[in-house]
Amino acid sequence: MRLLILLFFFALYSPSLGLADPKTIKMATTTSTENSGLLDVLVPEFTKETGIHVKVFAKGTGAALRDGLDGNVDIIFVHAKEREKAFVADGNGAYRLGVMHNDFVILGPASDPAKIKGKQDAVAALKGIARARAKFVSRGDESGTYTKEQALWGGTGIKLEEETTLIIKKGKKRSLSFRHPGGLGAWYFSVGQGMGKTLTYAEEKRAYTLSDRGTYLKYKYGRKQGLDLEILCQGDPRLLNQYGIIPISPKKYPHVKYELAERFARWLVSPKAQALIANFKIQGKQAFYPDAIPDAR
Amino acid sequence: MDFLIDSFLSAILILWSFNPDVYFIIYVSLKVSLSATLIASLLGIPTGFMISFKEFRGKRAVIIVLNSLMALPTVVVGLLVYAFICRKGLLGILDLLYTQTAMVIGQVILIFPIVTSLTIAATSRVDERYRKTAMTLGAGPLQTALVIFRETRFGIIAGVIAAFGRVISEIGISMMLGGNAKGYTRTMTTAMALEYDKGEFVLGVALGMVLLLISLTINIFFKYIQGRSGA
Repeated sequence: MRLLILLFFFALYSPSLGLADPKTIKMATTTSTENSGLLDVLVPEFTKETGIHVKVFAKGTGAALRDGLDGNVDIIFVHAKEREKAFVADGNGAYRLGVMHNDFVILGPASDPAKIKGKQDAVAALKGIARARAKFVSRGDESGTYTKEQALWGGTGIKLEEETTLIIKKGKKRSLSFRHPGGLGAWYFSVGQGMGKTLTYAEEKRAYTLSDRGTYLKYKYGRKQGLDLEILCQGDPRLLNQYGIIPISPKKYPHVKYELAERFARWLVSPKAQALIANFKIQGKQAFYPDAIPDAR
Repeated sequence: MDFLIDSFLSAILILWSFNPDVYFIIYVSLKVSLSATLIASLLGIPTGFMISFKEFRGKRAVIIVLNSLMALPTVVVGLLVYAFICRKGLLGILDLLYTQTAMVIGQVILIFPIVTSLTIAATSRVDERYRKTAMTLGAGPLQTALVIFRETRFGIIAGVIAAFGRVISEIGISMMLGGNAKGYTRTMTTAMALEYDKGEFVLGVALGMVLLLISLTINIFFKYIQGRSGA
């Protein structure tokens, strides 16, 4: 009996006793690349070609940048261009390569209580939603989608309410602020969750929301029971959504697997990967557009 | 280490400055978890008494099942309740999903087995003579139960404390059924998870410290109810 218990614990821990595979990199990315299914196409192909495994941790862009900042991962793949540039400029990332883009869309129930259908102007659409006090579900995290939403609300000229929380960082007081267009909990729901959860939340509440096109297509057409929300506003240049890949700087974190990470970054902008991105379709609809080689096929 | 000191100082600052956001989150957490604990206790303690004092076929099996249900994963409860109350579910018209009520329902299901099992454990050890004496002295079933409750309240309330600890610290149900809407269904645990997602670790840990402080306060209160017996 005692031997049995011993064996059980040995079996429990033996996998962790072995050394980690040297040819594995860790990547922090956003929920949109993961939820859309694009990584399930790209990563296995890269592994087949190079023998390098990629462990994917999908979070919001804010958390992915944080993982990079703390040296938890070797590479990050996110979509908040301005913040990415700052990340590289601060010496955290080695460089940023533009990989692909798609766009954001404003979704809502088919009944469209705020009458925004067909509007191209995203800011006017949000204004209409706020004026009608129609339900709107916001990511409310530090994701790229939320960063975009904040920028759009800023453009509406609606007076934003601001709440601040004081915390202490490195011994100094610092305030974290949260801005919203009023009506919190009444019509504006800030849920602080990933894109997929936010979509199902909006569907359940028959509310409007801002989503990247890739995740929307996946939830609308890639599931047995399609998402019950329609695209009501699209095509505004302000809705552009760019994705970049950043290997973590080996100068800042000597322990990162920079060479392997760099191979992945370079591979993503290679004709092969760019063509995979261009040909990635969700139920016949193109979800992402390659940026490094725009006409890749 | 700086990070922990920062968190600790931030926790004090947040409480001291009466930050309305944070106080509302604490209020929602307490309201939901205390309601769930109260309802689960009102259902679970009498059920525990009944199972404990009635002899019936399969009693051992029932107890084993209840004990196993103490390990019920929050995600399973969340999915189960979700299936019933989402728009496409049986109770969809009630529009319960992503409300505080939904969270209470889920949490009650989660801790009912805990309260019941621990009530059974506490009462089954009580001397059979108490019950018989009470009954020969003319006590009805309810009065008898009250006598037993007084004798075993230490153990039973320990069960209630365990149940409260389970709900105030759980996150799966609150996230799945409450939806973490700010100013509405955001609780301390879902707020902590969000701060982690955002990469704001200091605020996350500060909230955790506030949670522990509240838990301490509540437990002092419970200790007061438990009284000195067996202490």
